[in-house]
Amino acid sequence: MTRGFKVLTFQASVVAAGGLLLATVATTTRAAPTPPASVQIGNFTFNQPAITVKPGTTVTWTNGDDIPHTVVSKDGVFKSKVLDTGDKFSFTFAKPGQFGYFCSIHPHMTGTVIVKA
Amino acid sequence: MFDGDDTGRRDFLKCMAWAGTGALFAVSGGVSTSIGLDAALAAPLKRSAAATPFTFVQLSDSHIGFNKPPNADARATFREAIAKVKALPHQPDFIIHTGDVSQLSRDNEFDDADQMLKATGLPVFFVPGEHDMLDPDGGKAFLKRFGKGTNGAGWYSFDHRGVHFIALVNVADLKPGGMGNLGAEQLKWLKADLAGRPSSTPIVVFAHIPLWTVYADWGWGTDDAAEALKVLARFGSVTVLNGHIHQITQKLEGRIAFHTARSTAFPQPAPGTAPSPGPLKVPPQQLHDMLGITDALFVRGHDRIALIDSTLSA
Repeated sequence: MTRGFKVLTFQASVVAAGGLLLATVATTTRAAPTPPASVQIGNFTFNQPAITVKPGTTVTWTNGDDIPHTVVSKDGVFKSKVLDTGDKFSFTFAKPGQFGYFCSIHPHMTGTVIVKA
Repeated sequence: MFDGDDTGRRDFLKCMAWAGTGALFAVSGGVSTSIGLDAALAAPLKRSAAATPFTFVQLSDSHIGFNKPPNADARATFREAIAKVKALPHQPDFIIHTGDVSQLSRDNEFDDADQMLKATGLPVFFVPGEHDMLDPDGGKAFLKRFGKGTNGAGWYSFDHRGVHFIALVNVADLKPGGMGNLGAEQLKWLKADLAGRPSSTPIVVFAHIPLWTVYADWGWGTDDAAEALKVLARFGSVTVLNGHIHQITQKLEGRIAFHTARSTAFPQPAPGTAPSPGPLKVPPQQLHDMLGITDALFVRGHDRIALIDSTLSA
């Protein structure tokens, strides 16, 4: 997605034949969609403690508890605001790797997102 | 009432019998015992000029802003708790609030709690709970309002009529997979704060999360509490007051007496009796039996703090 925007900026300012190029990029982006993934929070647990997704996947956490929670990366990669009942937080994992996270209010709640091509 | 003679004390303890729950918890001369009211009345009183008897009240887990089952209005039940304090036959010297003042650290939640507490006309000493750390700056909003002049994330100490009170914060900078946490900086401060104090000084420690492990699976404990308890062990009378778990538990370890208070907002299940520590959804007619306040009586000479828990329905 990021690459697509860079190309767009470039062609819009410089290349006359950009329309064709943009069309090509857009098609390519559409051809490789990464389905989103979701993690439910309930009973003071992340319901899928470990999920494996492909690079580019957007993961969405939803708090189903009647107590607020947070979703905070152990390594400072992402950090949600406080999620009250029904609130959601999304993060797109661009690169492969293993991303541990926890609820900073109830730190015994932990989970991992494994990003693998 | 507090002139130290036996008659006055008997009357006083009788006054406290309104508590209903009848749980009287006492620390005496380094040996802590749970005693009945009758035994307390019969106990001899040693006179001491060092300090006059006094009481203070512990409020906890008001969760202002909470509005889900089993309590649609945590403001209303906090107001009831405060009315109960105002109606005490002997007015406490001050109030301590052991955290989770708010549900979501919102300004209006802190504001309402502040206004309601101010109506008592009593000094209030706070420590934050994890629900008070939810502003974007991770606790600054709470500190600005309730923690002026405190150290670090909000810890401090003060002396009152010969008793040394220590307010600890174990909800800041929590570690993945862990429980409550005091941290190296605070432990260093605690050591310095206690250094040079005579072991005969009665100590009251208060913090949000229990300073002993009530139930690790739900994070109901403090990872580095042992370090704090080590420096407290030499004192003859130590009382540790916590909240967080919205129910009464107590424990003795050496000369240290631990006690957790009820919430004024909603009860939580006993350890391991539910799939999660979420609010216990009791029927409306039961709610007030499970919310309450703690009244603490200190009588110098006994080196004893009697804790009396009473419910909002009592």
